[in-house]
Amino acid sequence: MKLTGAQILIKMIKAQGVDTMFGYPGGATIDIHDEILKHDDLRHIVVRHEQGAVHMADAYARAHKTTGVALVTSGPGATNAVTGLASAHCDSIPIVVFTGQVPTALIGNDAFQEVDIVGITRPCTKHNYLVKDPNKLAEIIQEAFFIARSGRPGPVLVDLPKDIVQAMIDFQMPEPMKMRNYKPNYKPNKKQIATAVKMLKEARRPVMFGGGGLILSGASKEFTRIAKFAKLPVTASLMGLGAFPGTDENWLGMLGMHGTYRANMSIGHSDLIFAAGVRFDDRVTGNLEKFAPDAKIIQIDIDPTSIHKNVDVDCPIVGDCKMALADIAALMEKEAPENFMNDRVAWLKRINEWKELTPLKYDQSFDTIKPQYVVEKLYEVTKGKAIVTTEVGQNQMWTAQYYHFEAPNHFITSGGLGVMGFGLPAAIGAKAAAPDKTVVCVAGDGSIQMNSQELMTAVAEKLDVKIVILNNRYLGMVRQWQEFFYKKVYADTNMEAQPDFVKLAEAYGATGFRCDDPAKVIQTLETGLNTPGTVIMDFIVEREESVYPMVPAGGAITDMLLV
Amino acid sequence: METNRYILSILVDNEPGVLSRISGLFSGRGFNIDSLSVAKTAEPDVSVVTLATCCDEHVIEQIKKQLHKLINVITVNDLTGKKYVERELVLVKVHAKTEKRAEIMRIVDIFRSRIVDVGVSHFIVEVSGDSGKIHAFIELMKPMGIIEIASTGTIALGRENVK
Repeated sequence: MKLTGAQILIKMIKAQGVDTMFGYPGGATIDIHDEILKHDDLRHIVVRHEQGAVHMADAYARAHKTTGVALVTSGPGATNAVTGLASAHCDSIPIVVFTGQVPTALIGNDAFQEVDIVGITRPCTKHNYLVKDPNKLAEIIQEAFFIARSGRPGPVLVDLPKDIVQAMIDFQMPEPMKMRNYKPNYKPNKKQIATAVKMLKEARRPVMFGGGGLILSGASKEFTRIAKFAKLPVTASLMGLGAFPGTDENWLGMLGMHGTYRANMSIGHSDLIFAAGVRFDDRVTGNLEKFAPDAKIIQIDIDPTSIHKNVDVDCPIVGDCKMALADIAALMEKEAPENFMNDRVAWLKRINEWKELTPLKYDQSFDTIKPQYVVEKLYEVTKGKAIVTTEVGQNQMWTAQYYHFEAPNHFITSGGLGVMGFGLPAAIGAKAAAPDKTVVCVAGDGSIQMNSQELMTAVAEKLDVKIVILNNRYLGMVRQWQEFFYKKVYADTNMEAQPDFVKLAEAYGATGFRCDDPAKVIQTLETGLNTPGTVIMDFIVEREESVYPMVPAGGAITDMLLV
Repeated sequence: METNRYILSILVDNEPGVLSRISGLFSGRGFNIDSLSVAKTAEPDVSVVTLATCCDEHVIEQIKKQLHKLINVITVNDLTGKKYVERELVLVKVHAKTEKRAEIMRIVDIFRSRIVDVGVSHFIVEVSGDSGKIHAFIELMKPMGIIEIASTGTIALGRENVK
C-alpha cells in the first residue's frame, strides 16, 4: 500500500486510540492538516497559541487517563510549545507533541522558521525524535506513544520535516514494538514489600503521603484501602490531591509550604512516612536538614531516580504504585488491623489537637469578598464534583486548600513547573475529555491574562468552561512574598491596569459577570455555572489577602507562619 | 561525604544527539565531567562512552540512575571498585633545548613513552597509561616548558571477571 508520510502519521495516531488532538497549522504542517480533514473520527481543535495546545493535551490526558496529542508547526510554533512540554515533563504527563520541520535538505541552513527543536527540548521531554527516513516514521510514532505512557510517563516530541510528511512510500503496519534499552520495571520486589509491612507494624507515629504518581498509576483505591484498614492518617502533595477523599476523617490536608498545620506537624513528628508516587520536592520538604528528623521512610516510585534524590529512604520500592500498594494491602489484610495500630490512639489524639489548635481558616468579612470564601462556595455549589483547573499562585493554593477533592483526575494544575497561563487551556482540554462534567478554571487576574486568547478556542469549539477570577489586582503570591520578606515594596506586582474581564468575555462571544459583594458570591456562582457557554465570573476580592499557613523558604515544615 | 573518582563505561545507541543527551544531563544537573571519550564498538549500532567524574557516593548514584533513564543508554557499568584496565593517551609538545634533550629522553625512557616528533626546538612525546602515570609524567615535563597537550581522555575496560 502506497501512503504519504502524512497519511501514515494519522493512521498510526489513530491506531493508538487517539480521537482528539490540539494544534495550530503552519507552512511546515499543511499536509498533515489536509490529511486530518479527511478523518471524521479524529477531532482537531484549533487553538489560538501553541502553548495552549500543549496545555490542553496535558489536561486532556489527565482528565481522560490517556495520552494527549498536539501538533504545531516548525520554528516559532515549536518554540511556543516548549513551556507546555516542560510543564508536562515536571508533572509526568503522557503527551506526544508533533512539530513541523523544514525539509531535511534545509536542516542546519538557518532556513525560514527553522529551529533545532530536538536540541531545545532534550532536557524537557522524556525523549524526542527527528524523523529522517519516512520508512521509520510508523515505528517512531509507535515508540513515541509507548515511551510517553509507560514507566514514569512524560512528554515525547516527534519532529517531522516537510519532505518526510510529503514522501510517498510503501507502507506496512510495523511489528509490535521491541525496545532493547527501555524496559520500565513495574513489579515491586517481594522482599521490600514484606519489609514495608513490617515497618508499618512497628511504627507508632505513621503517616501516609501520596503524590501525583498515585493518580498516574490509578492507585488511589489501593492507597485508600490501606489507610482505612489500619486507620492511617493521610496527607498528599499538590499533585496528589484527590487520590484520597478530601472529606475522610483520616485526611490531614495538603503537605508543604502552604499545607495544613496538622499535615506538616504530623509529618514533622512522625516516626514513619509511607510515601507513594512522590518525589520529595522542595515545596514539600522545606529545609531538608530539618525534615522529619525521627522518621523512617518507605518510598514507592516507578522511577528509581526519585528515590534517595532529596531524602534518604529506608525502604525503597521501585515499581508501579498500584501493584506495590495492592501487594502491601494484601499482606496487611492477612493480619488483624489492630496489629498495625501501635499506640495509635495517642498519635491520632495528638493530630486532632493540632487540628483544633490551628485549623485552616481565614477572617471572614462582610465588606469585601475573601478569595478563600469564593473557593469554599464554589466547592459547595458544584458539590465537589467539578473538574477544577488552576492558574498558578494564590488562586492555586486556595483551590488546593478549600476545594476538598474527592476523586482522582479532578484537580488539574501545573504543579512542578508552575506555569501561569496553564489553567484556561487546561480547562478547555479537560472539557474536551469530559464533556459531561462541569469544568471550572480558578484563576488570578494576572495569570488569566497569560493565555486569555484561548477564550476564542473555548467559544469556537463549544467547549464550555467556567472561569472564576479571584481578582485582587495584584500578582498576589509575589506580593505576599514582598509583604513578608521584601519590606512591603510591591515592585512591579500591581495589576490595577487590567482589562474589563466582563467585556473581554463578551468580546469573545462568552458571558461575563462581576461580583464585589460577599452577599452575592453564591448567587453569582450559581448563575455563572448555570449559564450555557463559556463564562467568566470576575470576583473583586480583598487586595492584600495572603495564603496561610506558610513555611518561609528554607524553613522547617513545622515552622509555619499562621494567620 | 567523601569525594572519589569514578569511571563509568556506558553503552549507547550509535545515533546523532546521544552524546548531547549525556553531556546535557551532566550540565543540566550540575554534575561534573572530568573526562569523556566516545568510540564505536564491535557492534556498528552501539558506541561506548567512557566517562570519568569526581563526586560523592550520593551523587554517583544519581548519575548512574539518571544515565540509565535516558532512552538511548543501553547499559551503565561502574568500573570503580572492580578490576579494570584504564588508559589515557597523551601527546605532549615540550621545549627541547640542547642542554635539556638528554634529560627529556631519559624521562621518556623511564615512562616507557616515545618521542614521535623531533623539531629544532621541541619534541612531541606520546605517553600512555593510567591517570596517575600521566599526571606524574606531565609534572616532570613542566619544568622543561610544555607548549601544548592533547589527550584522548580516560578509556577503560572491565577485566575478565567483570560484567
